[in-house]
Amino acid sequence: MLKDATAIVGIGQTPFAKQLPESEKTLACRAILAALDDAGIAPSEVDAFASYTMEETDEVEVAKAIGAGDVTFFSKVGYGGGGSCATVGHLAAAVASGQATVGVAWRSRKRGSGPRPWKNTAVQLPTPGQWTRPFGLLRPADEIGMLARRYMHEYGATRDHLFNVALACRNRANQNPAAMMYERPLTREMYMTSRWISEPLCLFDNCLETDGALACVIVSAERARDCRQKPVYVHSVAQGLPAQHHGMVNYWNDDPLSGPAWTAARHLWKQADFGPEDIDVAQIYDAFTPLIPLSLEGYGFCGRGEGAAFTEGGALEIGGRLPLNTGGGGLSEAYVHGFNLINEGVKQLRGVSTAQVPDAATCLVTAGEGVPTSAILLRS
Amino acid sequence: MALLTPVTDEDGAPFWEYTARGELRIQACAAPDCGELRFPPRPCCPHCQSFDSEWRLMSGRGRIWSYVLPHPPLLPDYAELAPYNAVLVELADAPRIRLAGNVVAAPDAPLNSVDPARLRIGAAVKVAFTEIDGVAVPRWLLERG
Repeated sequence: MLKDATAIVGIGQTPFAKQLPESEKTLACRAILAALDDAGIAPSEVDAFASYTMEETDEVEVAKAIGAGDVTFFSKVGYGGGGSCATVGHLAAAVASGQATVGVAWRSRKRGSGPRPWKNTAVQLPTPGQWTRPFGLLRPADEIGMLARRYMHEYGATRDHLFNVALACRNRANQNPAAMMYERPLTREMYMTSRWISEPLCLFDNCLETDGALACVIVSAERARDCRQKPVYVHSVAQGLPAQHHGMVNYWNDDPLSGPAWTAARHLWKQADFGPEDIDVAQIYDAFTPLIPLSLEGYGFCGRGEGAAFTEGGALEIGGRLPLNTGGGGLSEAYVHGFNLINEGVKQLRGVSTAQVPDAATCLVTAGEGVPTSAILLRS
Repeated sequence: MALLTPVTDEDGAPFWEYTARGELRIQACAAPDCGELRFPPRPCCPHCQSFDSEWRLMSGRGRIWSYVLPHPPLLPDYAELAPYNAVLVELADAPRIRLAGNVVAAPDAPLNSVDPARLRIGAAVKVAFTEIDGVAVPRWLLERG
């Protein structure tokens, strides 16, 4: 059984900024060494690595640079931002099954100063891009905007609902000195008058563009008791690739509005001792605001079509029904393909978040929605 | 103007061979007891696992399932046309088959040739074809009435 067999005992991160001078490899090493230092574990003890695609620093380079010992487990999960939580899941499985003892997961990315991946048409055009790119569905914002408009049409969701999401994340970032949007408040007027990116999505419906890196360290629950920090247990993990799914443009299955979150959620809750009603704080992947209502439904916090209404009345704020993305999320802390959501979940369960939910003991963390995804339940 | 043209693969090639003849055809299972349509094209049938397929002629009619209006930053040739529309059309013959495309004023008109105020989910559209760099690309015209 994987349940609570392993724990996250170290987290590390670099500064987040639109532009950082150091290379992705250097940033990765800084984040990993910070996470190991946080755990009180020597780099030479690391014997497992996990990352996810679109990561350009590989385990060979990282292991060599930080001075890792013999590595006996390594994996790379597919589908970009959908893989963030799966890295923790893969390491938890490796450690629980005895394939390794100290695992490191990481993400390093210079997305703020680097090229936009969708501009590389040579990569984007072959299957499945032949069915979308020629028609001007060029960017993830266009692809998710298509689902968002349909969702708004079917369920009466409005731009105010999307604003609720953007505002909750921004409010948390305003409390987090490490966030790119620290001390930069958002108002409804700013949101409603901002420029369009892909109607119905405006500027503030889109995540940030960030340079930065993060890492976390996973060991067995037994080993975790001797580490510096209070262990945060990996309670349940799941990946989700739904039947008849297709890349990020999930337009061709029976029901495009029930995405990979639904598949991951079914397995995640089946393995858990608690349910959505017991979650104290959630870190839900927010590359775009509509992913939040869609994920709230997928992970069972409300019924189908109720995700937008769920955001009303400050539900996602501190003190609300489900405090969300308490570091600021991808929308307002940093967009590092969701890894900051994992580390923020750990901070909440250690009780050290800059927007601490009192006595938080359970946290859901999710990875990219729309693409084959993953999620973890953390508990203290 | 150089919009992107499809870079196709073995599974998708027949779709574009048929569009070159002015036909909208969708892959279907050719097993006698199945016949399920599938899109995007793939080697075998997800319902019965048969590798026999055929390409079934569609009426070319459909309805807008959803749409977006992209604004810059975009690839330069698309940025020049922005905001344009990109739509998802569900086919009248097979509502679960949805094709990405563009609603235009005439087959060869640009992607921004229809006032976005005329677009709505559920609007009836009909396919037409235009040639871009030697590839016949489907476009969608709003039906009258």
